[in-house]
Amino acid sequence: MGMHDKHATEHAHHELGFVRKYIFSTDHKVIGVQYLITAMAMAIVGGVLSMLMRLQLAFPSQMLPSMGSIMPDAFAGGIMKPEFYASLVTMHGTIMVFFLFTAVLTGGFGNFLIPLQIGARDMAFPFLNALSYWIFLLSCIVIFAALFVAGGGPLGGWTSYAPLSAVEAFGPGQGLGMTLWITAIALFTASGLMGGLNYVTTILTMRTKGMSMMRLPLTQWSLLITAILGLLAFPVLLAAGILLIFDRTGGTSFFVPAGLITADMKLVQHAGGHPLLWQHLFWFFGHPEVYIVILPAMGMASDILSTFCRKPIFSYRMMVYSMAAIAILSFIVWGHHMFVSGMSPFLGSVFTLTTLLIAVPSAVKTFNWLGTVWGARIRFTAAGLFAIGFVSLFVSGGLSGIFLGTSAADIQLQDTYFVVAHFHLVMAIAPLFAAFGGLYYWFPKMFGRFMNETLGKIHFWLSFVGVYCVFFPMHIIGIGGQMRRLYDPTQYDFLKSQQGVNVFISISAFILFAAQFIFLANFLFSIFAGRRVTEKNPWHATTLEWTVPSPTGHGNFGEELPTVYRWPFDFSLPGAKEDFVPQDVAPVAATGRK
Amino acid sequence: MVFKYMPTITQERRQHGTTPPPPVLPGGGDDGGGDSGSSFPISKHQVGLWILLGVIIMLFAGLSSAYIVLRGVPGWQNIEVPSILWLNTAILLASSATIEAARKSLRHLRIDAMKSWLVVSGGFGLAFLVGQVVAWRQLVAAGVYLPSTLHSSFFYILTGLHGLHLVGGVMAMAYVLSLALRNRLRPAADESLKLCAMYWHFMDGLWVYLFILLVLA
Repeated sequence: MGMHDKHATEHAHHELGFVRKYIFSTDHKVIGVQYLITAMAMAIVGGVLSMLMRLQLAFPSQMLPSMGSIMPDAFAGGIMKPEFYASLVTMHGTIMVFFLFTAVLTGGFGNFLIPLQIGARDMAFPFLNALSYWIFLLSCIVIFAALFVAGGGPLGGWTSYAPLSAVEAFGPGQGLGMTLWITAIALFTASGLMGGLNYVTTILTMRTKGMSMMRLPLTQWSLLITAILGLLAFPVLLAAGILLIFDRTGGTSFFVPAGLITADMKLVQHAGGHPLLWQHLFWFFGHPEVYIVILPAMGMASDILSTFCRKPIFSYRMMVYSMAAIAILSFIVWGHHMFVSGMSPFLGSVFTLTTLLIAVPSAVKTFNWLGTVWGARIRFTAAGLFAIGFVSLFVSGGLSGIFLGTSAADIQLQDTYFVVAHFHLVMAIAPLFAAFGGLYYWFPKMFGRFMNETLGKIHFWLSFVGVYCVFFPMHIIGIGGQMRRLYDPTQYDFLKSQQGVNVFISISAFILFAAQFIFLANFLFSIFAGRRVTEKNPWHATTLEWTVPSPTGHGNFGEELPTVYRWPFDFSLPGAKEDFVPQDVAPVAATGRK
Repeated sequence: MVFKYMPTITQERRQHGTTPPPPVLPGGGDDGGGDSGSSFPISKHQVGLWILLGVIIMLFAGLSSAYIVLRGVPGWQNIEVPSILWLNTAILLASSATIEAARKSLRHLRIDAMKSWLVVSGGFGLAFLVGQVVAWRQLVAAGVYLPSTLHSSFFYILTGLHGLHLVGGVMAMAYVLSLALRNRLRPAADESLKLCAMYWHFMDGLWVYLFILLVLA
């Protein structure tokens, strides 16, 4: 054990009580794992909600006496109520977009990896970082509570369109449920802004010696760009949320026009507002938000792919530039969510143009991933498989985006299952695969043990086939006219012929969901009983986090911070002793020359 | 602001020489620059503050865009805004000058003068906040409430949010003053005062913008 290791161990044993060390910790690694585990719990909640939705869609309005006894409010006489279905849609979307994807990828991996990969001891503002997690946890509790309050959860979808969301009398879940939704999102925003401030500051100012911007792993670039996106987009959502709260409780009329009538035929006491204003504000945030989810996934998948292909990433610079281009474009495309809102066709064509422009950097990235895989002797680990799966899903989901981004086609396809298929593949399942890849890959770093590879591969193949079985047929029933957020497809004659597809999707979804418990069991079991990590760098990777023991002690590095001499993709260098050269290896040592 | 630091960075770089040596192996580094990250031109606190200001800009940009959109909706009614706002604006502008006076005093090692200027600046800040509350009370007295018209809704919300952010500035000023009273501010260690002043000027500028948006435009 060298001096460095000794110091790292001493750092690890720099005694803190259990509570300070694992619960109210300011260590970025602990906070990262806290984010991961909290988000995994939220994923189970969000997943169960989607299973209930699939149950209703495949077997509409079946008598489920057992559900009726568990949730009598939601299943009147054992049959799922339409309002409950609407709240399932809302809560599933909200939980997955914010509390799973945003939280896992930036909160979890961001916190865990940033200081380790740039060669810093911790985040720039550790206390703010811890505060960010605790506010996030609070927001999780608040959104979870929205499922169980009187009236049920909010009904308006994850986008919570006004005026539906602005007037309590518009539905049973639009009262307390909606208020809790806004509260949770506001708390989440505050937490995300604290995190983003930390990420940007840390990456800019705390890189170790030699770690120039163009030597950052792509994961770091993606987290930096994501954090900037979040810092610019979340405040606008907060602004919209503030106006919405005042509409609901202060009697103002920002989003509510005159003359609206509730279900029980009462005139709403508002006038003067603009019903589309919320959509503009929401989607100005909402479109960058989908890139907040996908960009870290791209960065992580790039690094994992390169490591298991034993090749440098194809065109590092273009990877960085295309991520930046995607980020910039993401702020000028929000109108493509509003093609049917009565927008002028000319404006629609402008938004079509900007949207289709995003295909260019996206295609550059895909080309580069293929270039990385091309001719490589790939090591098919679970992490590597999930990274490849990410690329596949990103392409499958991205291509349908070209149809939806074209206003002429979107007028036909909008609000159908085609949209559901598109966004699930590209911004839910693809990032999920990258996150799984990241978990299999960095699990040894986090816990000092491996996850079981065989179970990991079974998990991959079941998931990979499963998601295509679930989401691919949705394109077809979407073109066939099945509306998203639809409670009962058999209510419409023209959809009845497609009902068999709905049954197929639901059964596939049940199997897919069940397969995730293989992962969960593997994850939990491996924390305590997985195979121990015996070497510092089990994947033969190049980045700095693999130059220190796992799990890594407080302070990350020994007495001295590492010095970086090279970019993170020195794989299979001609003349080198091994097929990888870590970033902290000085040029002379790598060749074995004195 | 960045330029002020430039000479130091160049000096630091010179001291470090051209450490890390250029990579021998092909593809050993994409840009070959041996830039040490620790030489980032501004401190982490300053970066953090810039980011915070960016976030506040986006928050108010979101609200302003809503304001501009809704002003075009038929039925928009302007409210009569209390004239005390002119006085408040003058007070806030004056406070920016006094906090600069505090910084200048520190640079010239006139510590007592600096403390006085800080107290005056904080006092002006509080006076502005009191003035804003007086403006609200005058509106209420005139029967103009939050939901009365869209203009009044925006007036209360925007001034309220700005006031909240300014409270944060006053608290920062109190913190800087507490540092000064414990003799922890020196010309070489003036970052807290500098950042506090930056935030304060920003709040000042934000108010001028809101004043133009809500009252003059």
